[in-house]
Amino acid sequence: MSGTLAEKVWESHVVRRAEGEPDLLYIDLHLLHEVTSPQAFDGLRLAGRPLRRPDLTLATEDHNVPTTPGPILDVVSRTQVETLRRNCEEFGVRIFPMGDAEQGIVHVVGPQRGLTQPGMTIVCGDSHTSTHGAFGALAFGIGTSEVEHVMATQTLPLKPFRTMAITIEGELQPGVTAKDVILAVIAKIGTGGGQGYVLEYRGSAIRALSMEARMTICNMSIEAGARAGMIAPDETTFDYLKGRPDAPQGELWDEAVADWSTLRSDDDAVFDEVVDIDASSLTPFVTWGTNPGQGAPLGTSVPDPESFGDENEKAAAQRALEYMGLAAGTPLRDIHVDTVFVGSCTNGRIEDLRAAADIVKGRHVADGVRMLVVPGSARVRLQAEAEGLDRVFTDAGAEWRLAGCSMCLGMNPDQLAPGERSASTSNRNFEGRQGKGGRTHLVSPLVAAATAVRGTLSSPADLDALVEETV
Amino acid sequence: MERFTTHTGIGVPLRRSNVDTDQIIPAVYLKRVTRTGFEDGLFAAWRKDDTFVLNNPAYAAGSVLVAGPDFGTGSSREHAVWALMNYGFRVVISSRFADIFRGNSGKQGLLTARPSQDDVELLWKYLENEPGASITVDLESRTIVAGDIVAPFEVDDYTRWRLLEGLDDISLTLRNEADITAFEATRPAYKPVVASS
Repeated sequence: MSGTLAEKVWESHVVRRAEGEPDLLYIDLHLLHEVTSPQAFDGLRLAGRPLRRPDLTLATEDHNVPTTPGPILDVVSRTQVETLRRNCEEFGVRIFPMGDAEQGIVHVVGPQRGLTQPGMTIVCGDSHTSTHGAFGALAFGIGTSEVEHVMATQTLPLKPFRTMAITIEGELQPGVTAKDVILAVIAKIGTGGGQGYVLEYRGSAIRALSMEARMTICNMSIEAGARAGMIAPDETTFDYLKGRPDAPQGELWDEAVADWSTLRSDDDAVFDEVVDIDASSLTPFVTWGTNPGQGAPLGTSVPDPESFGDENEKAAAQRALEYMGLAAGTPLRDIHVDTVFVGSCTNGRIEDLRAAADIVKGRHVADGVRMLVVPGSARVRLQAEAEGLDRVFTDAGAEWRLAGCSMCLGMNPDQLAPGERSASTSNRNFEGRQGKGGRTHLVSPLVAAATAVRGTLSSPADLDALVEETV
Repeated sequence: MERFTTHTGIGVPLRRSNVDTDQIIPAVYLKRVTRTGFEDGLFAAWRKDDTFVLNNPAYAAGSVLVAGPDFGTGSSREHAVWALMNYGFRVVISSRFADIFRGNSGKQGLLTARPSQDDVELLWKYLENEPGASITVDLESRTIVAGDIVAPFEVDDYTRWRLLEGLDDISLTLRNEADITAFEATRPAYKPVVASS
C-alpha cells in the first residue's frame, strides 16, 4: 500500500481501529515538564491508577528554571518544579533536574540522547513537540487531559489528520538558514495554513540540511497551525543518531536502520495539499509583527497595512505595528534593538551557538545592547564551553547563561521590560509573551548575532559592508 | 469516575444566562498544581456579593445548579468543571450548554441536564420559594423531580451511557487494555526505553 511518511508511522501504531471511533494510537515516548504535568499526575492519584510505562516516560525541568546560578525565587515556579520532582519519584519516572548534566529544554534533550528516533510516536504537553519530527517521528503537543491519558494507557485516541507536502528544491544562498526557510514558509501559508495537517518538508534543500537545522524547521510547524512537521530519515539522520546514549547498538542498530530506511513517502503517495518553494529565492527573513506569519525579507521595509487585501490581515497588521511601535515603510535594517536572545528549542542547539559565535568572534556587542546566550541544554552548554564558545560570547560582551526556555516565554526572570525591543532566535513574537509590552523580532542565529554587533536588525553580510565602509 | 444513576441534593437557582468559564473560575485561580481545591475560585467575583445565591446559607451546600441558557461558554479550561465538582456540584441544569463545556463535563462525571427553559423557570420559582429544597435528577429515566415538578431532560445517549457506567476516557481505553498489551508485545526490540537512574 502506498502512503505518505506520516500515514506510515500512524498505521504502524494503531492499537485498535473500530467503526465510528477514533484510532487508538500507541505512544513510544512521553516527555514531561513541570508546567503541564501536575494535574495529570493528580488525576492518576485521584483515580488510583498507575503510570503504565515509566520506561517510556522522561521528565525534565525547563520552562521555569533560572538561567543564572541559584534557586528559583518565584513561588509559583518553584512549586511547579518541586511538584514535578515529587510526582516523578512517586510514579517512578526518570527526571533530569536543574543542575543535572542531562537537564535542558525537553525538545533538545530527547534528540541529543538519541531517544528521539525515526518512526516513533512522541508526545509532550508542549506545542513545540513537533521538533522531533525532524527524525521522521510523528510528534505533537497535547493537553493536560491527554497527558493523563498517555500516562495511564500509553495510548491516545486520535482523529485523522490531512497531509501537506512542502517541497523546497534548490540551494540556499550563503547566510540563509533553516530559520529563514521556516519563517518564509509560515509567511507563505499563514499561521492557520497548516491547521489539521501534518506537514512533510522535502526536496533537495531539506536533504542538504543538518539534523539541527531540520529540527529548527519542524519545531515551528506549530506556528503555521500544523499538528506536526516531519522529515524523512536519511543518512544524515542515521549519522546523527549513531553512538548516542539511547540509540540502538550492535545488531539492533542494523535492524533499526533497515526499518528506518523504509520510512519515506512513496513516489505515488497523495498529499492533501502541496506547496513548492524555490530555495535559491530565499533571503534572511525577520518578523515585523506580533505573530510568526508577519515576517518579511530583511532587505525590505515594514509593510503598509493598507497593502493587505484581506480586511482581517489589514487590521491585524495595523494592531501589530501599534504594539511594535513601528511605522510602515521603515527599512527593517533601521530597526534598533535593546536585547538579543540566542536560545530556545528552536535555535538553542550547539550548531546555532557555533553559528552565532562565528559572527561575534573578534567583534563587540553594540553599545546599549544586551545579548543573552542561553544553551538549549546543559550538554549543549558543556560542549560549547569545551569549544571555547562561552569565551567568544563573553569577550564580545554577551551574557553566557545556564540552560532553559528562558526569554522564549519569560516564565523565569529572563523577560523584556515594557517597550523593550528584542531580536530573538525563539519561535513566538506574541504580544506580551516575553514580558508585558515587550517587542520581539524573530530571527535566525546569524541575524541575531549580526544584529547584536550592529545594534539594528542585520545579516552577517551587513557586517562585512561595515568593515568596507570603515576601511 | 463514579457511576451516576440518580442524585438528590439541594438545588441552587442561578438566574443568569451566558455564564462563561471566566465567571465560573477566573484565570487567576488556575495556577494550582492539583486537580482539587478549585472550589475557592468558583464564581469568585460573584461570591464577593453578599446577595449572591451561594452566600445564602440555605443554598451553600447545594449540589444541583439550575442556571440560565448558554452555560459554560468561553475559554475551554477544564478547571471550570473541576471548580464546580470540587465545590460539590454533581449536576448542572440549563436549557443550553456550550459544546466544549458539555464535553469536558461528561468526561469528568458532571451531569449536564437539559430540560426546557419553561421547566427551568418552574424550578427557579420552586427553589426560590423553598430555599434549601432538594432536587432529584434521575439519569436512568432522564427526569428531574422537585416538589410537584416533574421535568424531562435531554442528555445525549453516549454521555448518558458513559455516566451510567462511570467510564471516563481513560476507563474507556482501558476496556481495550488487552489490545494495548498485545500491541506492546509486537514492538521492535530496538525501540528505546528511558534508562532508569
